Amino acid sequence: MQSIDNKFTKSLFVFHAACSPCNNCDIEILDCIAPKYDIERLGMQLVGSPRHADVLLVTGAVNKKVVHRIKMIYEQTAKPCVVVAVGSCACSEIIFRESYNTCGPLDKIIPVDIYIPGCPPRPEAIIAGLAKYIKSRKNAG
Amino acid sequence: MTDKNKNFIPIGPYHPLQEEPEYFRLHVEGEIVKSVDIELGYIHRGTEKISENKHFDQGVFLVERICGICSTSHPLAFVNAVENLARIEIPDRAKLIRCVVGEMERIHSHLLWLGLAGHFIGYNTVWMWSWKYREYILEVFEKVTGNRQHYAMMKIGGVRRDIANDDIPWIETNIDEIEKGLELFLKAITEDPVIHARTKGVGVLTKEDIKDYCAVGPVARASGIDMDVRKDTPYAAYGMVDWKVCTCDSGDIYGKAVVRILELFESLKIIRQCLGHMRNTGGPLDVNVKEIPEGEGIGRHEAPRGECFHYVRSDKTNRPVRHKIRAPSFVNVATNQKAVVGSHISDALLVLAAVDPCYCCTERVIVVNKKGKLMKGPDLIKLSQEKTDRIRKKGL
Repeated sequence: MQSIDNKFTKSLFVFHAACSPCNNCDIEILDCIAPKYDIERLGMQLVGSPRHADVLLVTGAVNKKVVHRIKMIYEQTAKPCVVVAVGSCACSEIIFRESYNTCGPLDKIIPVDIYIPGCPPRPEAIIAGLAKYIKSRKNAG
Repeated sequence: MTDKNKNFIPIGPYHPLQEEPEYFRLHVEGEIVKSVDIELGYIHRGTEKISENKHFDQGVFLVERICGICSTSHPLAFVNAVENLARIEIPDRAKLIRCVVGEMERIHSHLLWLGLAGHFIGYNTVWMWSWKYREYILEVFEKVTGNRQHYAMMKIGGVRRDIANDDIPWIETNIDEIEKGLELFLKAITEDPVIHARTKGVGVLTKEDIKDYCAVGPVARASGIDMDVRKDTPYAAYGMVDWKVCTCDSGDIYGKAVVRILELFESLKIIRQCLGHMRNTGGPLDVNVKEIPEGEGIGRHEAPRGECFHYVRSDKTNRPVRHKIRAPSFVNVATNQKAVVGSHISDALLVLAAVDPCYCCTERVIVVNKKGKLMKGPDLIKLSQEKTDRIRKKGL
C-alpha cells in the first residue's frame, strides 16, 4: 500500500465530474488550467475519462438524476482514487439542503478524501488542497 | 439498430468537452445530423420551490446560486421584480454600480464563451488568451466585490457595497488592458481564414427561426433582430449612458461571435461612462425597504445570454408566494433543434455550444406533454381519487 500511496505524490491525472453545480466551481477548475494558475506546470492534467483518472474532482449538490451516475463514475475509476469535494455545495449542500431534488452531501454517496470549501473556492484554494494532500501522502509514505 | 435512419450518437452526460452534465442524442445519416434530442434535468435543484421558503433578502442569495456565470443577472432581475412589486425607486449611485457590475459580468461571460468556442474548434491559443484577459476583469471583481464569482452586490432597494472613487482610476487601467485584448480577438476572428471556414455558414438561424423559437440575446441579434432589454425598457443606469445595440445579419456562428465581441466594446463604453458619472454622483447606496406589499412584480435584465425574466408574487408576508424564473438559455437551447440539422457531426458540438447554453440557469420543471393531454393539479387529484375508489371497490 505504501508504494501505491507514493505514486500520488507525482503527476496527478484529474477527472472533473459536475454534479448539479452552479458552474462556478467548474469555471474555477478550468481557470486552474488557464495561464494564470496553470496546474499543468505541477504535473496535473485534466483527462477525458474516469478510467484514466487518479483524482476525481466533484462539484455541486448531487441531485436525484445524477446520483447513480456519480456512483458509476466512481466505480469506473482505477483504485485507489482520490475524491475531492470542490465547493461548499459538494461539502455541505449549503442552501440546496432544503431542496426536494438533492440527495445529501457528496460524502453520503461516495467516500471523500479532501474537502475544499468556498463558494466558489479560488483556484489557489483548489491547488492548495491538492498540495496538502500530496504533502500528507509524502509524510505517510 | 440495422435501420440506417436509426443510427445515433450520444453526447454526454459526462463528456470531456462539456462543463456541465447534459445529454444530446444526435440522429445521423452518414455524417449528416438529421435531428437532435436534448435531455436535461441533471442540474435541477428546485430553486423556485426553495425561494418560496426564503424571505426576500435571502432570495437574492439564493438566485445568485442558480448560475455561477450569470451570477449578477439573476439577482439583478430578481431585485428588479421586487422593486417593481413594491414600487421602490433606488438612488442614482446604486443604479450606476448595478450597471458597472452587470456589464463587467457580460465581459467575463463573453470572454469565457469565446475561449470555449476556440477550444471546440481546436484553437487552444484562443482559449488561453481569452481566459488570460478574463483574469483582468476577475481582478476588478475581487477588488470591488470581494469575490471572483458570486459578487453579492445586489440588494432590494440598492447595492450592498460602494465602489470607492479612489479605485476608479485603477479599474480604468484594467479595462484598458482588456480593450487591447479585445482588439486582438476581433482581428483574429475577422481575419483568420480557418476560423472563417469553420464558422461561416454553419448553424444558420434565420429571422423566422428566431421568431418561431422566441430566441433572445446575442443569438437573436446575430440573426438581425434588434432586441435588447437594456435598450427597449431601460432600467438601472442604462438610460443614462450612450451605447448602441450590435446586430449582424448572417445568423451563423461567425455572426454570433462577432456580435458578442462588438458587444464587449459597448460594455466597456458603458462602464467608462458609468465610472465617469460616479465621480460626480454621491449620495446613499440604498433606500430603506420596510415591507413588501401585496401584489406581483416583473423584473427583466439583459443577461450575457439574453433576457432573464423573474416574476414574483407576494401576499404581504416577507416571502414570495410564487417565484418564477425564465433564463435566456431556456429558449435559446431549443433553437439547436433547428440549427444543428444538416450539419456535419464535426460541426455539431460547435453549433450546440454557439448559443452559449447555460443549463444550470435553464433547469426549471418542465411538463412534457407526450400523449397530447396535459396533466394539471386537479387532473392529478382526480386520478388519485379514482384510484382510491378502485381500491375501495376491490375491498383491499
